[in-house]
Amino acid sequence: MNSLFPSIVSRSQSSGLMNFFVPIISIVLTLITGSIIFVLLGFDPVYALYTFFISPISSTYGISELFVKATPLALIAIGLSYCFKNNIYNIGAEGQLTMGAIFGGGIGILFHDTNAFWLLPLMIFAGAIGGASWGLIPAILKTKFNTNEILTSLMLVYVALFILDYLVVGPWKDPFGYSFPKSRPFSESGRMPLLFDGLRMHFGLIITLFLIFVSWFIFSKTIFGFQLKVSGYSPKAARYAGFNQTTLVFFAFAICGAFAGIAGLAEVSGPIGLLYRDISPNYGFTAIIVAFLGRLHPIGIIFASLVIALTYLGAEDAQLFLQIPSAVGFIFQGLVLFYLLGAELLINYKLTYKKLL
Amino acid sequence: MSDTILNIENITKSFPRVIANKKVTFDIKKNAVHAILGENGAGKSTLVKILYGLLEPDEGNIKLNNKDFKVNSPAEARKQGIGMVFQHFSLFDSLSVKENLILGIDEKMSYSDLEDKLENISSRYNLPLDLDAPITALSAGEKQRVEIVRILLQDPQILIMDEPTSVLTPQEVESLFVTLNALVKEGRTILYITHKLEEVISICDTVTIMRSGEIIDTSSTANQTAKTLATKMLGQKLDDLKTNYDHIKDEVNFEVKNISCDFNDPFLTDIKNISFQVRVGEIYGIAGVAGNGQSELMDILTGENINIKFGSITFDNKKIEKYGPQKRRDLSISFVPENRLGHSAVPELSLSENILLSQFPKNNFIKNGIILKNNVDDFANNVINEFKVITPGNDAKASSLSGGNLQKYVIGREISSKPKILIISHPTWGIDAGAEHSIRESLIELSQNGTSIIVISQDLDELIEITHKISVIYDGNLSKPFKTSEIEIEKLGLLMGGKNE
Repeated sequence: MNSLFPSIVSRSQSSGLMNFFVPIISIVLTLITGSIIFVLLGFDPVYALYTFFISPISSTYGISELFVKATPLALIAIGLSYCFKNNIYNIGAEGQLTMGAIFGGGIGILFHDTNAFWLLPLMIFAGAIGGASWGLIPAILKTKFNTNEILTSLMLVYVALFILDYLVVGPWKDPFGYSFPKSRPFSESGRMPLLFDGLRMHFGLIITLFLIFVSWFIFSKTIFGFQLKVSGYSPKAARYAGFNQTTLVFFAFAICGAFAGIAGLAEVSGPIGLLYRDISPNYGFTAIIVAFLGRLHPIGIIFASLVIALTYLGAEDAQLFLQIPSAVGFIFQGLVLFYLLGAELLINYKLTYKKLL
Repeated sequence: MSDTILNIENITKSFPRVIANKKVTFDIKKNAVHAILGENGAGKSTLVKILYGLLEPDEGNIKLNNKDFKVNSPAEARKQGIGMVFQHFSLFDSLSVKENLILGIDEKMSYSDLEDKLENISSRYNLPLDLDAPITALSAGEKQRVEIVRILLQDPQILIMDEPTSVLTPQEVESLFVTLNALVKEGRTILYITHKLEEVISICDTVTIMRSGEIIDTSSTANQTAKTLATKMLGQKLDDLKTNYDHIKDEVNFEVKNISCDFNDPFLTDIKNISFQVRVGEIYGIAGVAGNGQSELMDILTGENINIKFGSITFDNKKIEKYGPQKRRDLSISFVPENRLGHSAVPELSLSENILLSQFPKNNFIKNGIILKNNVDDFANNVINEFKVITPGNDAKASSLSGGNLQKYVIGREISSKPKILIISHPTWGIDAGAEHSIRESLIELSQNGTSIIVISQDLDELIEITHKISVIYDGNLSKPFKTSEIEIEKLGLLMGGKNE
């Protein structure tokens, strides 16, 4: 007789091919599960999936919106991969994004009546500084006091959100805003240039593609990328090699924070144009899924960001046309992550049923 | 046949890429010490794991006392009368001896019964134990005694000992042999797993020799010599290594002076006032039983630990005790720690990438922070060819190599940069005799070309074979050095057991 519950046994070798297919398998399983959910809700699954995944991108405007959403996701995810490759679990990108928006947006508010070519670059720079400095707090806590970065970076998200809250209802409130919790709008030169007339796709996309390319180069060609990887796989080997792990932790957090900060600034100076409470629909958290779905690889992250951006758009359309709460988008994101982690486990381990006597 | 206790017939066990046991067939006589001799990877462990219920054979039968024997777990094996003492102890370090023994008992037993039984076992088999001592406070030999007593509480007919002497001092080995003899006299059978030839001849009655998963021979040890056993075990003859002292210059280029380091950690050994000198071209051995401060000393020598309390390390007239690993490499100091997977090499990375873990100034692997992949690949290919590393190519993952091949690769990587000094820990730990021989050979050759070498090893045979001087580390103290050609084994043994003069 076999035991009722399987036990998990390590595989001697994990299949490289399957490893490559993990993201695709997880997406297919997500779609299947999604259809089942739609059926249970009483919808025709084909129509529901069409509404969710096809109709949002069946127009030029829709495709532009897809890129608008994918831009921050991809930028944050590529930043996160500096941390994740180094085995640092920075969960606080949302806070770093918020701080970037505050720093960069602060410059925009300060110069709200200035129109000059240097304003946007200065705001981007300030956004990067804001995100990086927020990222460095858990780095310092981790290296000096050995605290767990998962907790500290996560808690700092809420600190950053409350700071933003305070600013937009307090000192930075728009004097002409009828007491709405929002700041003055930025001047025209403090806005991300649009790439096409009438579409919301903005210059942030170019910045993101550029930083993804730079990151690809760093990961695959430089000794710094190599050090991050070694230190992630085996801290002991990194110490043997003489890599300074404290420095690596600092760099990983600073780069990730800077990227998230730029993403935040790009949001407020792009589609939004001012500071207010809800600048991000959890891009900083969702980007964690993007990073893993993209296997921490620059190309993978580009595709993953598009897939996950689609769940945002799909959720909006589903709410509009199917009257399903837009939270269904989060369900899809959760499903992707669930299947991703599950498939990953099964690649490295197998289930066996032990014999009982 | 009444005097056979165990019949092993046609046992075959294969793993995804290797057949570990191929139609293994032999009998074990009752009331004897039966050796299974073979190199690492010969299939000994697989076989005993099958006997002990940890693995299931693909084919074949085992008979215990002429009855079919099939077990699915160690607990069942113990019930049927087979006990096993593993090479790596499975004791709870923070619990006392008594608590560990209680945890090992399968059936219910009252406390006073247990104590009576323990007393009986201790005195009968020469196994003195301090029941209230915590395991951390015990030497390796004492821990092994706890393991043996724990098994004897179950009154086994057959006791499997897996490489029992690998962590013992020569004196502790003697005492273990007394115990084993007492057990056999009582009618028990010992299955003795080893790769040490001398032990087979001195304690075992019968020997089964395994090679690449197959039985080569089962015979009485009476007419065997170490040479005849070695030839059968290896299937080939290895040349004797030749060392000489002629090339050593009378010039010290590495000096450790009064190094002390406290860790405040019960699982680490404090380093206490260690001093020694190494001359140009000399091979300096540091012997000792595991856990006496070897890895702590190694970290200080490599620069992975620069937080020493006191003392200095001088190399080529430079004080280097505060230098990290890379700064030491810049001075042409090279090192190979004990653990290959995850310390001197990263298993997940390719062989080429693993080259980059250890960079010397003349390597030319990096320019402006960018990796010069061609240079790295050339270097990797060179190491692979020169040190006969068996691998599909430089892009194979380090984890795909056998222990011996990876060790050859790591040592080759270090030697190829022609360091002035090589500091190496357990150079041939856990690898097959062929690789072991070639590694020792290349170390000797390196020293003859003027490199000083420090070898930290538990393997006394190895140190005696290749070093010029030996000192012994015990509880964080280092003995004075002895010329290898003049020292007696007994003397080393006493020092390893902490008995000075």
